[in-house]
Order: sequence, then structure tokens, then C-alpha cells
Amino acid sequence: MVEKQDILLVGVGGQGIILASDILGEVALQMGLDVKKTDTLGMAQRGGSVTSHLRIGEKVWAPLISLAEADIIIAFEKLEAARWAHFIKPEGMVIINDLAIPPLSISLGTHQYPGDEEILNVYKQRTDRIHLIPGSRHADSIGDIRTLNIFMLGLLSAALPFRIDNQLWEKSIAAFIPKKIADLNMRAFNAGREVAESVNI
Amino acid sequence: MGNIKKLLSGNEAIALGAYHSGIAVATAYPGTPSTEILENLSQFKDIYAEWSTNEKVAMEVGLGASYAGVRTLVSMKHVGLNVASDPFLAAATTGIHGGLVVVSADDPGIHSSQGEQDNRYYAKLARVPIVEPADSQEAYEFIGIAFTLSEQYDTPVLFRVTTRVAHSKSVVELDDALIRPHHKKSFYHNVEKYVMLPTHARNRVPHMHRRMAELIEYAETTPLNQIIDGRSKLGVISSGVSYQYAREVFPEAHFLKLGMDYPLPPKMLHSFAARVDKVFIVEELDPFLEEAIKELGIQVEGKKFISRVGELNKTIVRHAAEKAGLITVPNQPSDIGAIHNLPGRPPLLCPGCPHSGAFFVLSTMGQRAKILDASGKSQGESKLIITGDIGCYTLATYPPLRAMDTTACMGASIGQAIGLEKAGVSSKVVAVIGDSTFMHSGITGVIDAIYNAAKIAIVILDNGTTAMTGHQDHPGSGISAQGVVTKAVDIEQLVRGAGVNDVKVVNAFDIKSIRAALKSALDSEEVSIVIVRGKCAVRNKARQNSRRVDIQKCNDCEVCLRIGCPAIYKEEGKIIINALTCMGDQCGICEQLCPKQAIGIFRDSK
Ligand SMILES: Cc1ncc(C[n+]2csc(CCOP(=O)(O)OP(=O)(O)O)c2C)c(N)n1
Repeated sequence: MVEKQDILLVGVGGQGIILASDILGEVALQMGLDVKKTDTLGMAQRGGSVTSHLRIGEKVWAPLISLAEADIIIAFEKLEAARWAHFIKPEGMVIINDLAIPPLSISLGTHQYPGDEEILNVYKQRTDRIHLIPGSRHADSIGDIRTLNIFMLGLLSAALPFRIDNQLWEKSIAAFIPKKIADLNMRAFNAGREVAESVNI
Repeated sequence: MGNIKKLLSGNEAIALGAYHSGIAVATAYPGTPSTEILENLSQFKDIYAEWSTNEKVAMEVGLGASYAGVRTLVSMKHVGLNVASDPFLAAATTGIHGGLVVVSADDPGIHSSQGEQDNRYYAKLARVPIVEPADSQEAYEFIGIAFTLSEQYDTPVLFRVTTRVAHSKSVVELDDALIRPHHKKSFYHNVEKYVMLPTHARNRVPHMHRRMAELIEYAETTPLNQIIDGRSKLGVISSGVSYQYAREVFPEAHFLKLGMDYPLPPKMLHSFAARVDKVFIVEELDPFLEEAIKELGIQVEGKKFISRVGELNKTIVRHAAEKAGLITVPNQPSDIGAIHNLPGRPPLLCPGCPHSGAFFVLSTMGQRAKILDASGKSQGESKLIITGDIGCYTLATYPPLRAMDTTACMGASIGQAIGLEKAGVSSKVVAVIGDSTFMHSGITGVIDAIYNAAKIAIVILDNGTTAMTGHQDHPGSGISAQGVVTKAVDIEQLVRGAGVNDVKVVNAFDIKSIRAALKSALDSEEVSIVIVRGKCAVRNKARQNSRRVDIQKCNDCEVCLRIGCPAIYKEEGKIIINALTCMGDQCGICEQLCPKQAIGIFRDSK
């Protein structure tokens, strides 16, 4: 029996978060698991706060993750990591891409972007399993910043408590990504996997 | 082997379920969270699917198709049913021929709407049944049941979903056995049924009541309603997504899960209540089930503990259950002490948005900048009142533009402007409306303005699409939902035909022309219309020569920041333009506005 996993993916519109969660949802479906997935995009056209609630297990009822119950939070941007911290369960796993995308209110000088310490300290009240990883830098060096979502998926794959066959990942990624860039994305996925292993995710 | 399983959103499941049920016609007007239903159906080329001009027309086209004997799906967001309520109630009176299912997608919590309302009451008003699924599997299966129900009882069926069912994805097992072919088309002359003269309508009303009595019998045995046995002495009644939260909160309880919210099955409810010590109702928004169940003399609780406002989730249901003394909540993790004053990411007009220029100009007129304080409240009467409408452009309400004074419902801007002017305000009044909204319900306002000689200006923001709901075509674009090139309705000719003499068309990225046109429109003594035309930035793939700032020339006046363009920001005291998101030659608004000529292409500068 597979342990239920509540995975919250958060970030900013345009970072490919929903695609990443679609792929993981497909993987879970192929494993014969029950899946519920809810994406919220708000009213934003672009650049708004994006969350994707992904719940997988033998049987899932609610389509949303509850407060303090997320097994894993994977944040594509630091401010968004801070925004959704209250969803992490005690001893949950937190993976944060070391990237700041300041909203307009920062330029207008009405708000300040929180510091790394401040963000991590919030999480530390519930868990020590926090990883700040320069995902955007990795994606860039792989050859395209837009592979960030698949790189993050690679990290996430290592954070799951059950092992998923690499072929299944490959098949599911291929189902969602144009052929032309499938290889590039598989490289990003594997790079994420390797980085995860190197930091013991 | 078993059937194919897919991860589908509720809307995708509704579309597929309707297609498998043999529908021949689908109509809709876009609106979150219902839009994807028609978007999905329009992919099937062996049925007819249309974006209608508005929900009322969608309902009428649907009714006509049903009279022709074919199965028909009409879909809209909750407030769409307000617009379509007249033909909806008419359909309830005449009844149908081919099955007619009307999807109402409610939006508890107002994720993307102008209000919150519980559309289950429409079914009670219209005396028609409600079918409500709780996940995508049910959405897929229940649609077929709803069509059968519609045909069996000669009634439209209200198929109610909420945002979390419409937009959440869950596993759907497709069932080939559910697939059935289209009906044959046939219209029968039957004036007593189809012509609602008072003499005929009077006979239909008792028929509707008889139908309701029969539907109550149906509700007792339909597979839509289910009892799930539990181990405790608590009974929970729920439907829709609320049921999912309730299952997690009350793992031991007996459940009566209603897939048919109206009319309710009295015998089933009484016998369910007799089996348990206590009955608790978990429902979102209004006490629709609770009122009806109490009316049957069954003792229940629910809304005493669960708010009528907003969306439910497991945490809310759990707290309610605790307050009601039904469960004890184990120790919850302590509050995490979130960071104070975290900056939000409010939605903004996009870089290169064709609405930005017009709103920037409006924000500088009538001393608005001086009169409005930062909170948006006025410090006196502004010399220019801007009545607004619904679309992406409603975002111009936010700082820094603050260029909108009202937004009520689609099409209201023009009527409101007429009302303000006729009430005798001393300020100039301008209505601002998008092209899709204009087609939906703006034109009737223009006709009113002409007929009643209103001295107002009207700005029509023509970006060629219904941007807010995800870029659907509309009558002005001349491309149908199924991608057929038809005939574009010409806004300029349309308003000229209605009698507007003063019509100007300006380029959305030419600030000088916009300013001149607006000034002349506001000075005019008759109805005057400015059509601001420019391609929606999201649909505009051309992008070159992103603009840069010459730090030497920039004197930090911040005029460029007042456009509200997300590509322009300030970091460490310097204005920067994001080269990746700036639309460059497609826009150029900031360059036109910079008083120091510090914005340009500057190809060779560092
Ligand atoms: C009665 C009703 N139907 C549908 C909607 C959903 N909706 C909100 S704005 C909008 C149209 C926006 O198009 P347009 O006026 O062209 O402005 P744009 O977003 O393109 O700027 C729609 C369909 C609604 N709010 N109310």
C-alpha cells in the first residue's frame, strides 16, 4: 500500500508549475493510484501567484490539501514559499528554488521582499527538512531556463517516499512535452534527481 | 481489461459525458469556472458548438435545438444564469423535446466573479430538478443520467457544479457502454406546448406541479442519491464537493450523498434519519438542503455551525464539527507565525496590454490623480466619473491607474453612465467597456443613450478577443467556437447604425491620438464613442526591440511607473525594463510618455 502524499507546488505564473503537476499526476495515475489535483491561478493573466494541490494515494476525497497537512511543498520562487508555509505538516519536506521574482509593490516601495533567513525560519518552526536549491541556475546551465519545472520535478521525484520507475517518468514527461525539447527536459529531470541525491533529499 | 482511466477536470468530464450522451448542439458564453466545457466540446466536429453572444441567447439557441428533438447542453457561470433566467424559466414552462441540460458553474469564494450566489434556488424557482456531481467521475456519468431525466420528465435539468468540481482534476474511468448516438431531428407543431399565450401557459403550470410530484418519486430510487453505511450513530447529508470534505472529517459516519439536490426524496430522508441519533448537513453557501429537510419535519443541524459565506474546505468543516460537538480535533500544529506584511501579487494588466494607454490617459484627466487618495476614496468630486465594466480592464481599478469608479455586472457601464448623467452630476461621465462585453450586453445601453439623448462618452476597448476568460472568440472577431471563419460584426458600423454620429477609432498604443479623441468625446454634447483598438498582448507573438532606460537621461520622475506596466520596475533607485517581458515595438507607451526621452531602443548603449 502506498502512503498518501499531499504535494503542494507553488510559484509564479509562467514558471510551468501546472505542467509539472500534470506530469506527476499522470505518473500517479499510471501507477494505479487515486489522484486529485487542483490548480489555482487567480484572476491573474501573467505573473500572479500560482498553486497546484496534488493529492495521491489509494483513495483521495478532498480536492484540496488542508492547512498543516502538506507532506511536501515545492516552491519555484521564494516569496511564494513564504506565502504558503502554513500548509506544511510537522516534519514535512520543503524544497525551495533560490529565486526572487519581486512583485510591483516592491518597486513602488510599499513592501519589502523578505530575506532568506526570515523565510526559512518560518518553516523551521515545523520542520528541519528544508532545502534551498539554485534551480534556476541549474536550468540555465542545462541550456534553457524554461526547463526549471522539469528540473524541480526531478528534485521532487527524489523526495517521494516511494520509488517510481524512471521509464514511467520518461513516458509521462514525453506525453506532455513537445518532441523537439523532450531530450533537453529529460536532462533537466535527471539533473534534478542528481542534485537531490547530492543533498540527501 | 478494464476501461481507460484519465485524469480529467470536472469541465472536461462534463464535455466528454455530454458528447457520449449523444448531444448534437452545445451553446455557451464564456465565464469562469464554466468556460472549458464548450472549449472541449468545440473540438468534436460531428456536433454543433457555438459561443453565443450572451447567456440569454445561448439558452434560447439551446431551447430551439431541444425543440428540434436533439440533446443539447447549455453552459455558463452562475451569474450567466441571471442573464439567461428569462428563457430558462420559459424552458421550464414549455418543457423540452430533446434532452436539455443547463450547466450552472457556481463560484463559492468568488475566485473570479463579481459576486457569490447559490444557483440551486433557480431550480426551485423554475420547478426543475438539480443534478450535482461531486467529482469528475460523477460529472461524466451524471450528465448522461441528467439527459435521460430531462427527456423522461419533459423538463430542463439544472446541472450544478462549483469551482472545485469544475476545475479540479480527478480520475475518470471511461465507459463505452454509455456512448449513444445522436437523436434524429424532428420538430412537431404543438402550440399548446410551445406557444406560451396565457391560455396555454395556464395549462402548463399544473403540469409543472405534477411533474414535480413525479420527480420526488424518482428521487427516492435514483442512483444519483446514495446511502453509505458507517459505524457511528451520526448521519451526514451532503452533496457536491462538500461531500468530499465531509468524508474526511467523519470517517465513521453514515452518509446520505445527494446527487440530486432538488427535489429531495422524503421517504429516503426519513428512513435515513431514523437510523442515526443525529443528522448533520454539510453544504456550501446557503442552507438549501437544510431548509427543505427541516420542512419535512426532520431534525437536523448544519448552518448553525458552518458559514454561509465563501468556499468550504476540510479545515472549516472540521472546526464546525468540533463546535457542534460531533468530533474532537486532535492537537493541531501551532500557528506557524507567518511573515508580517508579505507583498501580494495582485493581478495586473500585462506588459503591452492595449488597455493600458487608454487608462493611463483617463487617469490623468478630470484631476483624478489629485482628487483620489491612495486608498482610492475621493477627496472631493472628481471632474470625470468613469463607469466600468467586466473584463481584464477592470484591473485598471487598482493603483497606480485607479481609473474606474464602478463595476457591477456585464454591460452595466453604459446604463450607469446614463443614470449618473440624468441624475445631474456636474462631472463628465465616461463608460468603459470591452469588446466582448459590448457584444454581450453593451449595445442595448448605446441604444438607450441615443434614444434618451444622454450626454455621455463611451470607450470601447477592442482587443479582438474575450481575454479575461482565456481568449475566446466573439461576434466581433468573426471566428466561431469551432474555428469557422464567419462574418465579423463591425462595432463601428453597429453603433453608427444605432445613431451615434461621433465615432472615432484610435490606435491603442498611440497616446496622443487617444488623448485627443477622449478630450473631444468628453467635450461633445451628444453620445460619442471612442473605439480603442489594439491586439491583446497575450495573443501577440510579435515582440522585438524591447525598450531600455538610459540612466543618464532618466531624472527619476516615475511617470513610467504610473502606467502600471509589470515590465517596468525600480531596483536600487533605478528604473529598469524587463527585456524578456517588454513588448517593445508592439507597444512603446512608456517611450511616448517619458518626458526626458530616456526610454528607447538604445541598441548600442550599455
Ligand atoms: C454574466 C456574465 N457572464 C460571463 C462573465 C465572465 N466574464 C467576465 S469578463 C468577460 C468578458 C471579457 O471580455 P472583454 O469585455 O472583451 O474584455 P477583455 O477581458 O478582453 O479585456 C466575461 C465573459 C461574467 N462576469 N458575467
